[in-house]
Amino acid sequence: MTLDANSIIERRAAITGVGQSDVGRRLGRDPLELTLDACLAAIDHAGLTVADIDGLSTYPGPMATPAGFSGAGAYDVIDAMRLRVGWYHSGLETSGQLGSVVDACLAVASGLANHVLCFRSVYEGTAQGQAGRSSVMPGSGGDGGGFKASGFMQWNLPFSAPSAAIWIAMFAQRHFHEYGTTREQMAQIALNARKNAALNPKGIYRDPMTMDDYLAARMIATPFGLFDCDAPCDGATAVIVSRIERAQDLRNPPLRVEAVGTALHGRPSWDQFEDLSAMPNRDAGKQLWTRTEFKPADVQMLQAYDGFTWLTMSWIEALGLCGVGESGPFIEGGDRIARDGELPLNTHGGQLSAGRLHGYGFLHEAAMQMWRQAGERQIPKEVQVGAVAAGGGNTCGCLLLVRD
Amino acid sequence: MSTSSVVPFRILPRLTEQNREFWQGGERNELRFWRCQDCAYYIHPPQPLCPMCFSKNMGVEAVCGDATLTSFSINYQPWMPGPELPYVVAIVEMVEQPGLRLTTNLVNCPIDQIRCDMAVQVIFEHHEDADGDIWLPLFEPRHLAKNEAS
Ligand SMILES: [Zn+2]
Repeated sequence: MTLDANSIIERRAAITGVGQSDVGRRLGRDPLELTLDACLAAIDHAGLTVADIDGLSTYPGPMATPAGFSGAGAYDVIDAMRLRVGWYHSGLETSGQLGSVVDACLAVASGLANHVLCFRSVYEGTAQGQAGRSSVMPGSGGDGGGFKASGFMQWNLPFSAPSAAIWIAMFAQRHFHEYGTTREQMAQIALNARKNAALNPKGIYRDPMTMDDYLAARMIATPFGLFDCDAPCDGATAVIVSRIERAQDLRNPPLRVEAVGTALHGRPSWDQFEDLSAMPNRDAGKQLWTRTEFKPADVQMLQAYDGFTWLTMSWIEALGLCGVGESGPFIEGGDRIARDGELPLNTHGGQLSAGRLHGYGFLHEAAMQMWRQAGERQIPKEVQVGAVAAGGGNTCGCLLLVRD
Repeated sequence: MSTSSVVPFRILPRLTEQNREFWQGGERNELRFWRCQDCAYYIHPPQPLCPMCFSKNMGVEAVCGDATLTSFSINYQPWMPGPELPYVVAIVEMVEQPGLRLTTNLVNCPIDQIRCDMAVQVIFEHHEDADGDIWLPLFEPRHLAKNEAS
């Protein structure tokens, strides 16, 4: 380890509260209202008031397209609550959805703020309406012959490949080819999520799913079938990041941010990344372990992005929780990743069964579990060290949380 | 010249000075990439600086059109108007340089015979367009006879 502990300043930050709006496939509600519901819930959950919030961070900031991808920007929330902030930030080009939380950690550690309100808000369910999954694709033209592809989409759209489902399917296919990974192994991510969502009152898909159901579902883009893809939804999630000195006597015991992973070493591209059997998260995962004395074997729980099932497998490998290429056998049968297994995974149902709250849902769940506030789906064992990872492709980042 | 008598609907790329040689090389049955004239590194997508030697001395050169299939996905979902379902999206790597890759479609191959690392070759699909015709580089198994320019 080359860094001295004093320079790992994320350790001066802690998660102190989380909140979530109503969540549903199509709520038809004002997305700013959902965002504010989540923000107020998180502030209250931390035992703070709106006046205590002096920082704000969000992913990705205001965006008109893809439809429903961003329910509110930083200025929307600052203005709606009349916040007085010492620091604020939003942006898309960062280490995934959790990049906004990392930014908040650095801001409180540097003294620019004491309590940063972080949020992620989506209304893709309502935006999608009855038009189906394709309508929330980036760059889906849909206006006949007049539309021309430009920017990075020019390399995909002319080949009828507008969706991350296809781009990521090609990574999974390469992983299958190199390591003999199977759909039956990958299915465990979906089956585990569904089992957990049944115990989550906010879960979207809560009916039991069997291996036969999984295998019989229609194919989307091989090796991904319908149940390998997450569910667009409406909802907002908020998290409070506090300076460690200010986190001590609040409502919840502080969850220290022990280390973060933000690295990007390969090309930031779906088809130009050099190793298609891995993902750029391999670098963020490796980096995280250079910033802590904890080891992968110390991780007692993982909440990891499942926009597509295989992405969770790639995170398990990226974080060194199993060997490279070994995530298939690691999750086979599902016992290891069950709530009572050695590495409980996506205990709220993930985005596959609890909706694409886009990264923040995993951090919300990690905190609820570590505070033992997860109700019926509470992990039986005490979790003091938990890993949270979000994103796919070059949009990725991870956190190690510790409850002392 | 096209791969079939019925050319499927495609969203076409907007031509720019940077991408024109790539999208129109098929007129001469050539797949062309930008290439650093100082260190001979092929660069894709086009950019104004060589990432290896940081030279700005760029040329455009044709490759032979042979590649290997790095990965693929058989797509069943009707995302948008396009080729008949299912169709195969692929990433291929040109034989001239490790990592010289593009996303494309694999055509003229039964889906149960597709394998990662199989040998493939370029074939062009011609689209007439008022803004300038486009020749999309598609790929087919290499054991098939080379597509002759018409
Ligand atoms: Zn060069």
